[in-house]
Amino acid sequence: MAGPIEVLSWVCILSGSVFVIIGGIGLLRLPDFYTRIHAAGITDTLGSWLILAGLMLHEGFTLGAAKLAMLLFFLLTTSPLSSHALAKAAFLRGLDPLQGRDLVDRHEVDDIA
Amino acid sequence: MKHAVALFLLLMAVWLLNSGHYTVLITSFGVVSCLLVVWLARRMGIVDEEGVPIHLLPRLPMYLPWIAKEVVKANLDVSRRILGLGRLNISPRLFEAPTTQRTDLGRVLYANSITLTPGTVSIRVHGASITVHAIADEVADDLLGGEMDRRVTRLEGGGR
Amino acid sequence: MTGVFAAATAAIVVCMGLTLARSIAGPTVFDRILAVNSFGTKTVLLIALVGYLAGRPDFLDLALVYALMNFIGTIAAMKFTRFGDLAGMEDDDSGEVF
Repeated sequence: MAGPIEVLSWVCILSGSVFVIIGGIGLLRLPDFYTRIHAAGITDTLGSWLILAGLMLHEGFTLGAAKLAMLLFFLLTTSPLSSHALAKAAFLRGLDPLQGRDLVDRHEVDDIA
Repeated sequence: MKHAVALFLLLMAVWLLNSGHYTVLITSFGVVSCLLVVWLARRMGIVDEEGVPIHLLPRLPMYLPWIAKEVVKANLDVSRRILGLGRLNISPRLFEAPTTQRTDLGRVLYANSITLTPGTVSIRVHGASITVHAIADEVADDLLGGEMDRRVTRLEGGGR
Repeated sequence: MTGVFAAATAAIVVCMGLTLARSIAGPTVFDRILAVNSFGTKTVLLIALVGYLAGRPDFLDLALVYALMNFIGTIAAMKFTRFGDLAGMEDDDSGEVF
């Protein structure tokens, strides 16, 4: 009963949800602000793309699909802009990024806390 | 003028897609509001090559699939780093990435492409170089390879 | 189909919880703004999904408006933390804005 396009749309929506969750885990797990931006980027890019693409496949060729495409376009243009604005504001405020591989101890401390 | 017409057509398309009511009266309101926006934008002086970059359209179909592929690859890479058991496999690094774009528009496109790709975030653009934060050394080296820079330069019409 | 939408909605709600935890934990104000921005992106996806779950795709209009509001809100909050007021344009170290 379910055509191949329906199945493809399920796969897109479900794998998009997985990436959204991975982004959420990263947001909690990564050690400092600058690395957390990368985790938020996962949710903003592949997670939302897959979910919106899945909804578009479900919708077919209609006005709703055009609105979803517009939504995709807005997310595509605004998410890097706000990430960049945040990173730049933090950098100019003097928030220093952690660098190198010596993050392990600090990360374990964070895990316990 | 070319840019004003393009902006009007774009606004009209957005209006028609979002409206859903296609009577003469309502549609004429749409036309009037789009004309008003174009007039305001012209008064602000943002209707030019930079504000309405229609000259990029012919080359965009070559760039979009490539950047989409890169974003998917970077997503999988960063996901693996986040989900890695035990210690996180990350080595954050700040570095300067050189740019070869001729215009500000090109540099903006490059900086946005860097930020869109998870694993790299452009922090500031000054002159001809961009300060980038990368989540791991390999990601940073990948960006410094310059593939994305070349592609954006080709998109804006320069380079080979 | 409803099951798929429900599962995706549940996943996004769980993830919103994780994001909220980060926005409470901080530690810097930028972490909080980042978390709230990410929360907003998930809200957009949630509105779209709930619209389909409830069989009312009109919700897409709300999602569109929310996507734009979320962006403007983030920029406003960022600008406020950086300059201390929303109209200020002067930069702290050079001539560049944004």
